[in-house]
Amino acid sequence: MKRGSGPAGRASNGPAGRASNGPAPQRSVWVRRLLIAIVMGYIAVLILAPLAGLVVGAFADGISGIFRALTQPDVLAAFRLTLFISLITVVVHGVGGTMVAWVMVRQQFRGKAIINGLIDMPFAVSPVVVGYMLLLLFGRNGVLGPVLNARNIKVVFAVPGMILATLFVTLPFMIRELIPVLEAFGIQQEQAAATLGASGWQTFRRVTLPALRWGMIYGLTLTLARALGEFGAVLVVGGGVKGRTETATLYIFRALDERQYVGAFSVALVLGMFSLLLVVGADLWRQREEKKA
Amino acid sequence: MTVSSLDKRRSGVRAHRRQYGGVRPPGGNPGGPAAALSYLTILLIIPLLVILHDGLSEGLIGLFEQISRPIAWSALKLTLWTSAVMVVINTIMGTLTAYVLVRYEFPGRSWVNAIVDLPLAIPTLVTGVMLVVLYGPQQALGAWFKDTLGWRIIFAPPGIVLALLFITFPFVVRAVQPVLLDLDRAQEDAAATLGATSWTIFRRVTLPPLILPLTSGALLSFASAIGEFGAIVIVAGNIPFYSQTAAVYVLGEVESENRLGASAMSIVMMGIAFSAIALVALIQRYRRKGGA
Repeated sequence: MKRGSGPAGRASNGPAGRASNGPAPQRSVWVRRLLIAIVMGYIAVLILAPLAGLVVGAFADGISGIFRALTQPDVLAAFRLTLFISLITVVVHGVGGTMVAWVMVRQQFRGKAIINGLIDMPFAVSPVVVGYMLLLLFGRNGVLGPVLNARNIKVVFAVPGMILATLFVTLPFMIRELIPVLEAFGIQQEQAAATLGASGWQTFRRVTLPALRWGMIYGLTLTLARALGEFGAVLVVGGGVKGRTETATLYIFRALDERQYVGAFSVALVLGMFSLLLVVGADLWRQREEKKA
Repeated sequence: MTVSSLDKRRSGVRAHRRQYGGVRPPGGNPGGPAAALSYLTILLIIPLLVILHDGLSEGLIGLFEQISRPIAWSALKLTLWTSAVMVVINTIMGTLTAYVLVRYEFPGRSWVNAIVDLPLAIPTLVTGVMLVVLYGPQQALGAWFKDTLGWRIIFAPPGIVLALLFITFPFVVRAVQPVLLDLDRAQEDAAATLGATSWTIFRRVTLPPLILPLTSGALLSFASAIGEFGAIVIVAGNIPFYSQTAAVYVLGEVESENRLGASAMSIVMMGIAFSAIALVALIQRYRRKGGA
């Protein structure tokens, strides 16, 4: 899914489209203008106007209003929790996702096709359902409920459950970015390193890992952006208790409910801009590196 | 973990032997299949099994009974028809956008190309907030729509369609764009020389090779629309029998502790979305084998 956001999708708008032969026939000039206008209009109404609306809404009380809204203690706590959960997610998927991608590309085992299908499963599961699954598993009446109760471990309505939910939702991104990169890289260089006496770990660290660099950066950027914005799953499993299990998205939800519009819009603006900068930044960084090379 | 890591070492080596003959495995053993599998099992497979078990605990008939309750059925119907409307609009506009981006040179083209990815980077909850800010009944534009045209957008089904369109905009564009780039334009030129109109050329020459990628994009957008929650819960108003979607219904059932109802709807939603994704995988395999 979301493969469009990967390197393949981005690299695609090169000069190749123009390289083909001949100018378009004269009579299609008006058709062309009309089509371009339709596309521009659609994007303006669907995407840009709401974006502009959010900026205007957040600035309704001026810049001091935004500042006041963002420095409220519960907003700061919410941002802290969002960052904490997202960073753990990135670390876990950075290791686990690389491992899974590597196994999927380099090893043959029975049931591989099924596993391959399962990796996309989080795309097909509603975030609400993800949260609900974790309730069924770890909740008071859940499968593991008695065990957890006896040891006094809190997963549900607590941060660990929210981390698990975010991990589930973001699982495919890293793996799906890395698999094509690993496939394209092939095994020759790894084999050469092995013939020269490198240990398995050395080969992985010095040969495979550098080749995966951009795939990893992209995968982790998408993972982070998705983790920062996760809402449904953490709502169900965390409960959104103010100051305890309230992430930035959950704060927005509560603030809208309590009609604190400037607060909701400001946090939404910051969250949206941050995710956007992350993804755009990774893209620009790669373009610059490619120009250098 | 300790058992599985031992196990992983053994099966990893075995798999390597099979693949590379006697040669020492390249890439070493940062994780054998068993370690990767246990990671997937804990994060993915166990939760999925639990919900399947729960939803089917009273058999398929119990599941069917839950889904056919009027409130559940209307939520599911709403989700399906809003997603279907979105798919139709998104397919047409996505294909058109990809066509314009690939074939035409115009000021701001690279900006448009960048904006296409924007919905992927913005949290869907934020998308919902944006739409409420712009089209909400208390806002200028939303009030104008409501008073002058009598259209309710936010807290009504059109808002759901709008939110879904925003979120899924990149899917069709990014599925069609690379194929269009690779297309040989000689055939189009030949058709033009033979006197075909632009529309005929598009319909008879350009469109056929785009059908499969276009379908994949449409199916992916459908799959993600089925489970969408963050944007919808903000814009829909969630009124039962009117603007409550399946995902919001599940939340309600979880909160009122109707376990069977929540699990049944979850399974149906997963089934629909996963079928769509599985179809995409089939299409991709067919295309790789040189089908189109």
